[in-house]
Amino acid sequence: LTVATTESPTRPPDATTTRTLLVDCDVHLAPATADSVPAHLPARWREHNAVFFRTYQGDFYPRRSEYGERFDSWPPSGLRPGADLDFLREQHLDAWGIDYAVITPVTHPANQANLEFSAALARAMNEWQVETWLDPEPRLRGSILVPSEYPERAAEEIDRWAADRRFSQVYLYAGTNQPVGRRHYWKIFEAAERNGIPVAMHFGTCGPNFPTGSGYPSYYLEDHAGASTMFQDQVTSLVFEGVFHQFPALDFVLVEGGFAWLAPLMWRLDAAWRKLRTEVPHVDRLPSEVIRERLWYTSQPMEEPPNPDHLAAILEQLGGDSQLMFATDYPHWDFDAPDTALPSRLTDESRRRILGGNAQRLYGLADPRAAAADA
Amino acid sequence: LEATAARRAAPAARVSVVALSALASEADSAAATPTTISARERAGIGSGETLIDADVHAVLPGIDALVPYLPAQWREYVTLWGATYFFRPSQISYPPSAPTSRRAGVAADSTASTASALEHVRRDVLDAWGADRAIISCPYFVDMFHSPYVAEAMASAANDWLIAEWLEREPRLRGSIVVSANQPELAVREIERVGEHPAVVQVMLPVRSFRPYGNPIFHPVFTAAAARGLAVGIHYGGWPGNAPTGVGWPSYYIEEWVARGSLFQSQLMSLIAEGLFARVPDARVALVEAGWSWLPPFLWRFDKDWKGLRRETPWVDRLPSSYVAEHVRFTAQPYDGPLAERDVALLHEQIGSEDLLMFATDYPHWHYDDPADALPPGIDAGFRAKILATTAKTFYRLEAG
Repeated sequence: LTVATTESPTRPPDATTTRTLLVDCDVHLAPATADSVPAHLPARWREHNAVFFRTYQGDFYPRRSEYGERFDSWPPSGLRPGADLDFLREQHLDAWGIDYAVITPVTHPANQANLEFSAALARAMNEWQVETWLDPEPRLRGSILVPSEYPERAAEEIDRWAADRRFSQVYLYAGTNQPVGRRHYWKIFEAAERNGIPVAMHFGTCGPNFPTGSGYPSYYLEDHAGASTMFQDQVTSLVFEGVFHQFPALDFVLVEGGFAWLAPLMWRLDAAWRKLRTEVPHVDRLPSEVIRERLWYTSQPMEEPPNPDHLAAILEQLGGDSQLMFATDYPHWDFDAPDTALPSRLTDESRRRILGGNAQRLYGLADPRAAAADA
Repeated sequence: LEATAARRAAPAARVSVVALSALASEADSAAATPTTISARERAGIGSGETLIDADVHAVLPGIDALVPYLPAQWREYVTLWGATYFFRPSQISYPPSAPTSRRAGVAADSTASTASALEHVRRDVLDAWGADRAIISCPYFVDMFHSPYVAEAMASAANDWLIAEWLEREPRLRGSIVVSANQPELAVREIERVGEHPAVVQVMLPVRSFRPYGNPIFHPVFTAAAARGLAVGIHYGGWPGNAPTGVGWPSYYIEEWVARGSLFQSQLMSLIAEGLFARVPDARVALVEAGWSWLPPFLWRFDKDWKGLRRETPWVDRLPSSYVAEHVRFTAQPYDGPLAERDVALLHEQIGSEDLLMFATDYPHWHYDDPADALPPGIDAGFRAKILATTAKTFYRLEAG
């Protein structure tokens, strides 16, 4: 496992990456211009956007490079990284032989305190995804952006897009205003379950909370390396609010939060449940069992133990390799390359599942290789 | 070890729980009755083994106990403005009747007075465990008071009470003092005031805070502690007013209990990222009631990110994990790790050090049913000796007595 740096250029694909279905579950795409998304807004909100746009966001940490991008990801066209489809194809999709890439847009509409605008912005960003990315490039899969703090409208947004199977998931940021298991968000889960679409949560603050229970840390290092603390609290909320009991068909995906921490969290949840479960009688199973069955997680950024066997052991504790899905985080600085990111000691079968098989199962993706063979 | 795991898996079937409660209530009815089966024996600790309990609580019987230690101005304020407000800091971090807050067999009247609370600590901790020393603290977290002067006065009263009615009455006790964490300069003043008392070994900060403790505004607190040879203990609890998680207020106490784990991670990350241990090389930090099974993945990620981002924090000039080994210790309870033998062995292997854990009962709080479970599973005799005493003795500088 190595941290890919911006200084090391991406490598051409080799046999090991082309042999198997390759799904990248975290590709950050950006608007080409300041007007790309607002162009999809109704006039009333376009004007609001032009005059009053502001966000709650307090996580102002310079991110190692402009937009946190790989230095080599600036397209020759002059657009910002992740905004140029041709360059995305050349540098990423074609170069690595990626069969599907799940889009995770670089901003989230839930960062708006004005809830009606948040809902309008979500709609505009979803239209922008379809028009700019999903229509012209069949390898891309969308994430339904929702106004997370306006659950009624979020549910409408899910109902509107979920039938288009090019959308793979409902998309939340980790920094919700309240712990995500709370009743407030249940309309979102209900809509997702009704539409048979997973809910994904990506690293990022978009609400008014401090990113830790002890205020703002000083450095991006803490914001970035400490991201799992937010995910830990969110998983705790989902488990103890009984979300997985209430929505038995709901799948929940953790994106860009790491995953090794999930094993000790599982034990800590079990320890708490053994002692305090009278407070949550609706949680009638060991939290670890629920977690093993219902959570999915993407690979990047992977925790990197000095002894690589320890990561394999953690996967085993989490119930195997069935829930881990490969992600590059393109075009960000901490990009994971498909050929080098996964632990070298994985079996071929395990590698196949992580690189594509698991995502194929969760997102219901057709294997284009099989389709080609049939034809 | 298999036996330990089996016992954990079937708490209802435990004979020892019943026996222990019976023992306790028997002792309640006749305080002079000698304990025949001690917790120490149940835990299989031999008579020759030294034991130090790194986390025991001085339970505040009521606000009346602190009033005599307040200056006249604040005595009147506390009594006239509503005594219950001033008792709350000792209760709020631990819902008084939650199963984790009070162990079975501790009689309701055990805290009727400071004297009876001390008697219970003597009987249930010092005698029952045969402890040479116990680090005692009153989790009276004054950060709850928004008035800095009230916070300071109440912290001073709690410390004077601890010193006069616990530390000076029981030579086996060593104390942790509380300070107004919201006001670092007042915290420093309190450390200067009582930090040189020979029985004081630690300054305690609640893990919940309005800003992470590595922030430079807190460095004078760590400097003042280190200058007096005191450790700083970051402890479960606190009530600074901001949400206890990075995603707002959870609905249930059980969530808060779990979320202390992530909060300890944020605090530890802050201490290291801010260069506290480079700036205050003598700083020693105990994470008390933090759990510790989260440590390996936390450090793997922290070390990895530091490699990519270290230009932002040039004072962190080596792997973040290396500071932990040198400056940070954990109390062994609550045990929040796995129960299966293989997983336990793996956890110890991942941590890779036998020098981080310190035995703690967390009395009267309750995280284990059987005294045998007070120690983490999967440890051999050498490791056990370190957990029982060696690590705490060095960390709290108890060699001299």
